[in-house]
Amino acid sequence: MYVYMGHMRWSDIKPYEDWFWIKNRIDLVEDWVTSIDYQKKSINTKSGKSFSFDKLILALGSKPNKFGWPGQELKAVQGLYSKQDLESLEEISASTKQAVIVGGGLIGVELAEMLLSRGIKVTFLVREKKFWSNVLPMQEADLISRHIRKHHVDLRFETELAEIIDDGNGRAGAVITKSGEKIPCQLVGLTAGVSPNIDLVKESELETKNGILINTFFETNIADVYSIGDCAQFREPVAGRRALEQVWYTGRIMGETLAQTICGTRKQYNPGPWFNSAKFFDIEYQTYGNVNPTLSENEIEFYWEQAGGEKCIHFVWDKNTGIFKGINTFGIRMRHELFDQWLRKNALIDEVMMNLKAANFDPEFYTHHEQEIIEAFNRASGKNIQLKPKTWWRNLLNA
Amino acid sequence: MKLVKNIGLVLFLVGLTIFTSLVFTGDFKMTDEIMRSNLSESELLNLETRLTSEVVEKNYSTSLSFGNDVIRIYNETNQQFRDAQQWDKVMYTAPKEFASKLARASSAGWIPQHKSLLFFLTFGLGILGSLMFVLAELKLGGPAGIKNNGVYHSAATNRGWIGISAFVFLVSFYILLYYFPFALTNVIGVVDPVKHLFNPADFASQWFLYGFMYCTVMIVMGARMIIKYRHNNYQIVRTIVVVFFQVIFAFLLVEILPLFDLPARDLKNAWPLDYSFLFEWNVTELLDSGHFGKFLFVWGIVLSLVIIPVMVYFYGKRWYCSWVCGCGGLAETLGDPYRQLSNKKLWAWKLERWMIHGVLVFAIIMTIFTGYLTYNVIQNPTMESKEYLFGFSAYDVRELYGFLIGSIFAGVIGTGFYPIFGNRTWCRFGCPLAAYMGLVQRFKSRFRITTNGGQCISCGNCSTYCEQGIDVRAYAQKGQNIVRSSCVGCGVCAAVCPRGVLKLENGPEANRFGNEGPIVLGNNGFELNQ
Repeated sequence: MYVYMGHMRWSDIKPYEDWFWIKNRIDLVEDWVTSIDYQKKSINTKSGKSFSFDKLILALGSKPNKFGWPGQELKAVQGLYSKQDLESLEEISASTKQAVIVGGGLIGVELAEMLLSRGIKVTFLVREKKFWSNVLPMQEADLISRHIRKHHVDLRFETELAEIIDDGNGRAGAVITKSGEKIPCQLVGLTAGVSPNIDLVKESELETKNGILINTFFETNIADVYSIGDCAQFREPVAGRRALEQVWYTGRIMGETLAQTICGTRKQYNPGPWFNSAKFFDIEYQTYGNVNPTLSENEIEFYWEQAGGEKCIHFVWDKNTGIFKGINTFGIRMRHELFDQWLRKNALIDEVMMNLKAANFDPEFYTHHEQEIIEAFNRASGKNIQLKPKTWWRNLLNA
Repeated sequence: MKLVKNIGLVLFLVGLTIFTSLVFTGDFKMTDEIMRSNLSESELLNLETRLTSEVVEKNYSTSLSFGNDVIRIYNETNQQFRDAQQWDKVMYTAPKEFASKLARASSAGWIPQHKSLLFFLTFGLGILGSLMFVLAELKLGGPAGIKNNGVYHSAATNRGWIGISAFVFLVSFYILLYYFPFALTNVIGVVDPVKHLFNPADFASQWFLYGFMYCTVMIVMGARMIIKYRHNNYQIVRTIVVVFFQVIFAFLLVEILPLFDLPARDLKNAWPLDYSFLFEWNVTELLDSGHFGKFLFVWGIVLSLVIIPVMVYFYGKRWYCSWVCGCGGLAETLGDPYRQLSNKKLWAWKLERWMIHGVLVFAIIMTIFTGYLTYNVIQNPTMESKEYLFGFSAYDVRELYGFLIGSIFAGVIGTGFYPIFGNRTWCRFGCPLAAYMGLVQRFKSRFRITTNGGQCISCGNCSTYCEQGIDVRAYAQKGQNIVRSSCVGCGVCAAVCPRGVLKLENGPEANRFGNEGPIVLGNNGFELNQ
């Protein structure tokens, strides 16, 4: 997104300089794998090369979901996942004045921001009641929805794509929604989630379901063949997490854990408490633990929103035990390590609330809201928590 | 609003064009009377014949051609004295200053009679236009937030033709300012009305012009900075403070102090950035200027040797580099649009360490030489060859330093190359004070940029917008804190981070580097590395 918007060049988004691979004796090959021979332990590529392996790690990534919409294969209909998608978007943008984005999630809002930066008008079709309300509680979904509209996105709730119309030249010219409305456009972004990109291995002896099936050591049903990242599906998910974890940092943790195994120390996947982050236009979002879109039976919540509606914070804890379950925070940065520790040791909500000052990660001189939050919390919960004065956050680690 | 922005741009360009054209236009004629009233007795004795026959009553259309003629005569005359070993007749005024003095007196015609009007047409239009241009962003830029859209698509900020033009303009300006100030005679005249506010009897020098430009540029571009980061209080406070220090300490106080017969000094300028601190003329002037002069001398030593390292220990070198320093202030305001152009490659970091520490060593050696000379001037006034140490002349050493580091590196390259190498070239590769503070910051300081656990997504914004060319991401994606000698704590990495990963912090030194293992395993990294 940042390359398209002109924040960075392609070379800037590479995580390492090009010499890194050579220096670390890694052969970086850019090619398409066409087939894998698990018996002979070799893979073949489109350019006719063949590589043998002792151990194989399949990290095939995802591909954008397409749900069989009429017209989904037209030109100027695309997802946003790969470098190829970026190149195609760049090419199509020049002749695009209006775009329709289908699917209200993280990729959709990213695509909307990108297209707006080029002066393209964006209509954003969201199946849910509010933006991302299948993941966020309604308060947060509403806050972000307002913010997206503030940026002049034509955001439509409870609207689904029925078909994409050909403009007469094999390119998308309009979409028709399920309610029958026709929206003219020259670009259709399909951002209704992703699914494992496993066509390469689907018809082989490798066991797959939605993704490549693995245990918590990333081992597939074939010896010496492992799978990690978006394409991997756990037979038994680790506690509190999904079988398919299509998130940036889980991919990194899987890679780092498997590297230990490959190098001789067999390690099990143990990512710890859930966390995530995102940015919706100008509003940053962080989450630690679980804040589900609807409360479970034994959960209790506290929601605070700043006057002006650009910052909010949402706590969830256990009704009976008082154990802190999770936090959503928008427009306020929080310290990962403290929340990680609180979640691991089943800290009580009271402990979290009284240490909000130390947990704040906003830059210096930012306006602080802890006092306001704690007062609202005390009013709502009937408790009488006193904020602790700001202390050096490390003093709270392993305390 | 788009219209306001465009009108602003046109006004600015008109002002800039008139400003620039002043270098190439004018009417310079030295009469016999001007010559007699501006030359000293000995100068008149030495130069009268040749000046009268070759320059007096001759019409010049630029001060550059006038000055070149004057300097040629001046240098040739001096050479004759040297050849004839008539040492008592050799003149020691710098030729460019000599030419500047005569050029200012000889400027005639419309331009010197309309200084106030020209001030409005250059500075007035330029300030008005650029303020319209930057203020329009309040509406055009959309809601507050990081808006770096199109930075790498723009010819101004991606080394395109606008960037190259700005580079040529800035470098040319610095070359004229340092080496051919007489070419700027009419430009300098434009700020005479401002100089007269301080002292009606005095005229602006090239350094007054430079200081005034510096302040106006920092105020206007500081306004731009505050608008751009209006959601970020750290950037707002920092920008206001750094502009304040420039305007009050580096400009106004330096103009006001002499009105009370006090030495004109920038109180925040610390050795070794202020490399002339131990020069004999500086020390003797300070020591001869009463209590205030003596205070300035002691203050200079305490600032450099006590205040600087202690403050760096508590807050990092940012307290100086991006809150107080004039060079840093210009880089953070005028230079902000160019911050992404600094080189992030590993070889640039290696080069940086050799160069900046090399300059620091050079500065220390140069100071030893000049300190020795100054000591002799004060303590051994009768000594012969006071300036010679280890067979080298202190004058030669400091002249070399002043030329290579003081003007070429700090000025021409440091600022002129903003649109090419980014806005902190001097601060990163050349500033000896930055090198000195960097050593403290790296080895004994409470400052660090904390990485927030495992939240880094390796997007690269932090590295791209680091003006010091630090590959911030290389640390952040491993869960390591950023502890680097070159970090000036501008806070922009933390501002552009989309996931709330970076925070500038002062805290206990324990665990300052964060995760020291080779990798971070999400939030379990420490466990795995053990």
